[in-house]
Amino acid sequence: MAILLNRNSKILVQGITGRSGLFHTQQCRDYGSKIVAGVTPGKGGIHIEGIPVFNTVEEAVHYTNANVSMIFVPPPAAADAILEASDAGIDLAVCITEGIPVRDMVLARRALEGKKMRLVGPNCPGVITPGECKVGIMPGYIHKPGKIGVVSRSGTLTYEAVKQLTEAGLGQSTCVGIGGDPIIGMKFIDVLQLFNEDPETEGVFMIGEIGGGAEEEAAHWIKKNMKKPVAAFIAGVTAPPGKRMGHAGAIITGGKGKAEDKIRTLAECGVIVAVSPTRMGDAMIEAMKGTGPAKKK
Amino acid sequence: MDIHEYQAKEIMSSYGIPVPRGRVALTSDQVERAAKEMGGRCVVKAQIYAGGRGKGGGVKLVHHPEQAQDLGKELFGKKLVTPQTGPEGLKVRRILVEEAVDISREFYLSITLDRETSRYCLIASAEGGVEIEEVALKSPEKIHVLNIDPFTGLRPFQARKIALELGLTGSVCEDCVNLILNLYQLCLEKDCFLVEINPLVVTKAGWLMAMDAKINFDDNAMFRHREYPDMLDYSQLDTLEINAGKYDLSYIKLKGNIGCMVNGAGLAMATLDVLKEYGGEPANFLDVGGGATREKVAEAFKIILQDGDVKGVFVNIFGGIMRCDVIAQGIIEAASEVQCTLPIVVRMDGSKVEEGKQLLKESGLNVQVGADLGDGAARIVKMLG
Repeated sequence: MAILLNRNSKILVQGITGRSGLFHTQQCRDYGSKIVAGVTPGKGGIHIEGIPVFNTVEEAVHYTNANVSMIFVPPPAAADAILEASDAGIDLAVCITEGIPVRDMVLARRALEGKKMRLVGPNCPGVITPGECKVGIMPGYIHKPGKIGVVSRSGTLTYEAVKQLTEAGLGQSTCVGIGGDPIIGMKFIDVLQLFNEDPETEGVFMIGEIGGGAEEEAAHWIKKNMKKPVAAFIAGVTAPPGKRMGHAGAIITGGKGKAEDKIRTLAECGVIVAVSPTRMGDAMIEAMKGTGPAKKK
Repeated sequence: MDIHEYQAKEIMSSYGIPVPRGRVALTSDQVERAAKEMGGRCVVKAQIYAGGRGKGGGVKLVHHPEQAQDLGKELFGKKLVTPQTGPEGLKVRRILVEEAVDISREFYLSITLDRETSRYCLIASAEGGVEIEEVALKSPEKIHVLNIDPFTGLRPFQARKIALELGLTGSVCEDCVNLILNLYQLCLEKDCFLVEINPLVVTKAGWLMAMDAKINFDDNAMFRHREYPDMLDYSQLDTLEINAGKYDLSYIKLKGNIGCMVNGAGLAMATLDVLKEYGGEPANFLDVGGGATREKVAEAFKIILQDGDVKGVFVNIFGGIMRCDVIAQGIIEAASEVQCTLPIVVRMDGSKVEEGKQLLKESGLNVQVGADLGDGAARIVKMLG
């Protein structure tokens, strides 16, 4: 079953005629994902790589019953593309686009409140249910079907984590890259909630990084609600203090955002935190055994 | 993207927010002339991309134009060190000379993005000034935070509530309402991450005025604001960081001797963590972007090697879909072009790893290939002894 995606997901690609849109569409199809349609305004009626292209998402959904959208639309029009997907009745939009202005995303996220569509991203690697369906730009071959759910704010660091999990013999149920932008759709807790309810997921690996308070929020939620073991890694323990932007950021986060604070909070909430990025697989093994924190080499 | 105080004040002023009369000076003679214009008694403010300038001696009240000129001579070209600049400090190239204003009350006011609610929020406090963060920690009840619904925008009644919380009454209260609404409009129209007035004051004469102003633009919205790049003061940025920016690379200079090239910010941070764990000191943070291309890899290499402290380079690319032979080619080209003889350790993952490794081995460079993240870090630390 996994979460968000399975072998029956019908995918359309917004921005399919762009260079990276087309490249990754092919990659996803090669992995086994069912790509049923593309959308590029003004190019409706053509076929690209045998995939029918429509002018609007609504039209594409009408003719193909697509329920998932992968978005590669350039930043100036990306927020609009997200809202178009929601309006057309799409269940899940995965927005890969990097560089969407914050003001656009604030408005788009507000418009999605109360709507059924889930948004993953933007600026994310996407979602993959190994062996069944890939909607994103991650390399498929590092994944292996299994029982570990992965949720991450990072891109390539997620690949590193997944590779270590696979090498440790721990396959994945679904991997979700929620994206690193300040304004995103699904957050850690939204994904953890789905993993918690998914019978095929038996443990979760979470990848966070410095900045913001999302990891702390997730830690408290885990302590209260999570029925399955969780391991984590937080990147940036040795990062130099970032450049300061006035006082406002520090005031609203109340000094949160440092790696040490995140690690401490996660550990206090029962999460096994990997002490080094080379030990992410080990931390997950420890968590599955339920034998306490991963030890240093 | 940061801009200077005087630029932020120009923008605020164009939105009807009152700021003190002032003039920007590029020489100490100009400082003197500006001081005369302000009537002799004036405030001399060094313009740098950091806060805490008062504590670093960059903001002073002077009483005569000659005194202003002397201070200008002292400040121009000097590296001003404040609690926010780091020990190297930032060079003063521009000075703002402003009329001295008699202040009766001070406040803190800003609008910024709140990740938790995914909305902009207004922050205000009657106890402000330079110690605002301390106030936030010790007595959070004195900080008023208002989340703004993007559908309705900031409403006058909300702004009025904040103005009343600040203890303002009568016409100053209504002035404050307008000021807050204008600040929100500015924040949206100019695509800001942050607009901050600290302090916002009521003068002895009873007027509201923005005594200091800070604006930070959203880099992603640059396509809507072609004028922003012209506002940048390159003297405030590290030369290597400017070069990196041209190629869309994110580079931050650090103190160690191991140059780092990584794709993706999270993996780049994790790479620094591993190097430290193995006893190495990274010379920089460098993210070539998730989908590292050959051109970017080549440019990144040149930037890393321009740093004289670098004694070896650690390349960590999780290519994924990116082919490793292409990345290896980029490394070899760049290293040969700059005639790099320093030890290099490359850790690559992705398709065509073996072909990539083979290319590196045959390149004649002083290069080793790491089997994984830990092995790669251990090798470069060992090679540098």
